[in-house]
Amino acid sequence: MFIEAKQINKVYFDKNNQPNTVLKDIDLSIQKGEFVSILGPSGCGKSTLLSMIAGLVPPTSGEIIVDGKKVVKPGKDRGMVFQQAALFPWMNVTENVMFPLRKEMSKKVGQERAHHFLKMVQLSNYPSHYPHELSGGMQQRVSIARSLAMDPAVLLMDEPFGALDEQTRSRLHGQLEEIWIDTKKTIVFVTHSISESIKLSDRIIVMGTRPGTILTDITVDIPRPREQHRQKIAALEEQIMALLKTEIDKVIDEEQAYEAGS
Amino acid sequence: MKPAVKRIIFFAALIVFWELGSRFELWHETILPSPISVYDSLVAGFADMTLVYDLIASFRRLLIGLVAAVIIGTGVGILLARSKTADETLGTLVLALQSVPSIVWLPLAMMWFGLGEGSIIFVVILGGTFVMILNVRTGIKNVDPLFIKAARTMGSNGLDLFVKVIIPASVPYFVTGARLAWAFAWRALMAGELLSSGPGLGYTLRYASDFGNMSLVIGVMIIIGVVGAIVDLMIFQRIEKNVLKRWGLET
Repeated sequence: MFIEAKQINKVYFDKNNQPNTVLKDIDLSIQKGEFVSILGPSGCGKSTLLSMIAGLVPPTSGEIIVDGKKVVKPGKDRGMVFQQAALFPWMNVTENVMFPLRKEMSKKVGQERAHHFLKMVQLSNYPSHYPHELSGGMQQRVSIARSLAMDPAVLLMDEPFGALDEQTRSRLHGQLEEIWIDTKKTIVFVTHSISESIKLSDRIIVMGTRPGTILTDITVDIPRPREQHRQKIAALEEQIMALLKTEIDKVIDEEQAYEAGS
Repeated sequence: MKPAVKRIIFFAALIVFWELGSRFELWHETILPSPISVYDSLVAGFADMTLVYDLIASFRRLLIGLVAAVIIGTGVGILLARSKTADETLGTLVLALQSVPSIVWLPLAMMWFGLGEGSIIFVVILGGTFVMILNVRTGIKNVDPLFIKAARTMGSNGLDLFVKVIIPASVPYFVTGARLAWAFAWRALMAGELLSSGPGLGYTLRYASDFGNMSLVIGVMIIIGVVGAIVDLMIFQRIEKNVLKRWGLET
């Protein structure tokens, strides 16, 4: 297995020092080249799990292994794209994409590489623009190019299109699918959108909440391009929706109980 | 109407009112000289070069003091942001000293550095340093954690992360700090010069006052105000605006 999470638990302590279990007994295996979505309602710990693979957050117990090595800290073998593009505003587009490359290669090679990946996200005409001059969708594409430029084995994406409008999101879905087919990267994609996960991924890991656990692991058996198989998509959507409804009800019940009690 | 036009009309009206008040003796010339006599004394001051030398001397002190304040402020600010112990000890002292107007240091400074340049520059440095320290500290502490996370996933950590991400990310605070440091230093300089020997704008103001030359006093006050406004508007606000725009903090 390429990425393996073994018996992951994560417990936070809140202000009153009460333990709060975010993730409980997570076991997960992902193969090389797979496009896997982690789907769940907010608060299910899906982003925490992704941050653990990135090495930004340590698990309370258990371990994560990527390509045979235990994850202890962030590394360039795992690129991460956040919900906000997180581009550095003092650098132009090319400089941003070159940021992870600057120590490994000459400026010239780095520039060529940046250009190559900017072309991949169709932004090669904006090399000298600054982030504040770009739209949200363009910023997110630069952010994807920046992650790809360091040639990671895994691309971790934390609701990367969540802050974008519907049309932009739909266009970026297409671009991401193409990039994935071209580069054969392993992609772990966190989302709360059922349709997004069905549209993009080979497998959907559905998570439940309080505590965060894996409810089910669905293989999406719909040939690409998937737009042509609307019925299959709709059927799968309904199936997942029914599964998540109980989870979402759980969240709402808990919130109402909390409000009644306070 | 353009802001510039409004401004011109406002100041013209003010001066006309002032001049008419003097002409009709609403107040006596010795209490508030007329704009024309203020203008005459300014022309005379520039013609015999005293005001030119004053400006040069004042700017020299200001520049030395401000550069020192920005350097010291940046250094100490970084220290306070990075070391919790330093923040809890030295940081409290800085907060306390910041509320002490820097001119009250002048008696001590005169004991340490004598009655000349040294003590004025010392007071100017004190005037600018504390506000610079506090802004640099805040800037570094307020760097968006997302920038740090993103940089770490791209293999940056330790000193590289600090120099390449945290420092540039806090530049807007550095610029605001420098702008406030200039404003405080300029006030401290004028206070210091009033109480010490010349040349310098503050010294000339006191000299004019000793000789009852109120039109020159007002003239120097106008120079101080105009210089302050020009430097703030033309230099600092412009830089600040550009930086805020580039850093995406202002649309």
